[in-house]
Amino acid sequence: MAMIKALAALPFLGILVGSVFLNRVTPLVLGLPLLLAWLLLWIVLTSAIMAVIYVTDPANRVPSPRAEPDA
Amino acid sequence: MSAALAIIALTALGALLLGLRASRGRDMSLEQWTVGGRGFGAVFVFLLMAGEIYTTFTFLGGSGYAYGHGGPTYYILGYGCLAYVISYWLLPPIWRYAQQHRLISQPDYFAAKYDSRALGVLVAVVGIVALIPYLVLQFKGLGIIVATASYGAIPSAVAVWIGAAVVTAYVMVSGVRGSAWTAVVKDALILAVAVFLGVYLPIHLYGGFGAMFSAIQDAKPGFLALPAKGESVAWFDSTVLLTALGFYMWPHSFGSIFTARTDKVFRQNAIVMPLYQLILAFVFMVGFAAVLKVPGLTGPSIDLALFRVSIQTFDPWFVGVIGAAGVLTALVPGSMIMMTAATLLANNIYRPLHSGGVTDQSVTRLARWMVPVVALVAVFFTLRGGQTIVALLLMGYSFVTQLFPALVMSLRRHNPLSSAGVFAGIVVGIATIAATSLTHTTVASLFPGLPEALRDLNIGIVALVLNVVTLTVVSGISRRVPSARSA
Repeated sequence: MAMIKALAALPFLGILVGSVFLNRVTPLVLGLPLLLAWLLLWIVLTSAIMAVIYVTDPANRVPSPRAEPDA
Repeated sequence: MSAALAIIALTALGALLLGLRASRGRDMSLEQWTVGGRGFGAVFVFLLMAGEIYTTFTFLGGSGYAYGHGGPTYYILGYGCLAYVISYWLLPPIWRYAQQHRLISQPDYFAAKYDSRALGVLVAVVGIVALIPYLVLQFKGLGIIVATASYGAIPSAVAVWIGAAVVTAYVMVSGVRGSAWTAVVKDALILAVAVFLGVYLPIHLYGGFGAMFSAIQDAKPGFLALPAKGESVAWFDSTVLLTALGFYMWPHSFGSIFTARTDKVFRQNAIVMPLYQLILAFVFMVGFAAVLKVPGLTGPSIDLALFRVSIQTFDPWFVGVIGAAGVLTALVPGSMIMMTAATLLANNIYRPLHSGGVTDQSVTRLARWMVPVVALVAVFFTLRGGQTIVALLLMGYSFVTQLFPALVMSLRRHNPLSSAGVFAGIVVGIATIAATSLTHTTVASLFPGLPEALRDLNIGIVALVLNVVTLTVVSGISRRVPSARSA
């Protein structure tokens, strides 16, 4: 689980670090400037990553979240 | 009166009438509506959430910034995305604590966690100070819409007064109860208008997205990426980070955490919400389409880009429809901001300062009379300021982000921070923002000798660092928080 939660670091790397290297207009990707296309890609990937984290997170299988102690 | 202005005036009147109906208690409150929304169908929920992202900021500010600044606008895509990742872990514990302690506002949370009434008042002050630029940008947007749709007949200063009067009337009439139907109409209209404009304009004016971006790249090489200096990669990263941390620190966003039914909702939202950011790309397209077609707008007038290109392309009646969508995007969030600021003043500043018995009724009455006061202050700054919509929101973000360090530490079981430390840290952070905004200081002007990557950092980061240093040092020398007993 800890490994899967570490996936949440990827959007930060993609958006903050990736932009340093992909700060270019050309080549256009699907007609879009490279940096814009890269960021839109990361929006989709972030959603997918959060879905994986959600499905594997045991906290979401607890029927009553309010009964769960802080951890 | 132009057809455009007539459509916009009718829309504003319709919203006021719906608000009047809501005040008779027939419609649900916005809070009830949001919670009830979880029982609605997927399309309805999508409209609701997409509508929350679309305020005047994205509609006029986002397109204007794309027009005037190009690549740096992409920061708006980045920060929302990262804020939702953070929300997966940040919001559930805040929600659980608020449930246990029956909290209803953001200052309540800080006052309870740090056992300090003074800190609650300070947090309320920070919230109000940050909400003012947010409200100013809604008024500015309204002014632009009314002035543009009148085709020059109404000067922009008069248009700002009209816009402010409409929002104030809306809030005074409907109170905290917004009309569910105003919000539904707004969400559907703005989504349709934004997607239509974002697809139609590039195809109609240039023949396609690729053709449009190639033409812009030829005319202004590098405009669609981040520049080497100024709003560079360093600016982009620091601004994305700063605004992502501040995303849920706004008093109205923080308050909305308390309305959820279970903490699972936040974790589910973290999956779906990033996708709504995709819709912002359509708004950027409108701004980019305007770059070569309505050149010459500079400074704060870049916010006019969407309307200028629309007027040039469409008949007045359709400009009216776009304007009506714009008015609603300013009206609904604008009324929430105004109500939040007025309630903070009455409930979280006036009430704690009068320890001798203040009734709920007198606080409610005071909140109602604070609404026009808040509106006047915002009108004053709207007419005075020469800032773009994006610059205004970034200033608000710099303020609210100062609450983030104290919030994160409050989630730890053994919080090493004292209330005095947190108080001092926030004061130093806010003072830094205020001083640098008033004197137009940037990191580059403070430390001209630094390398470019450091010179371009968002000045809000500097305030945040000073904040953290202060709260660490003051907490170290003052007593510990009573509730944070060591193990």
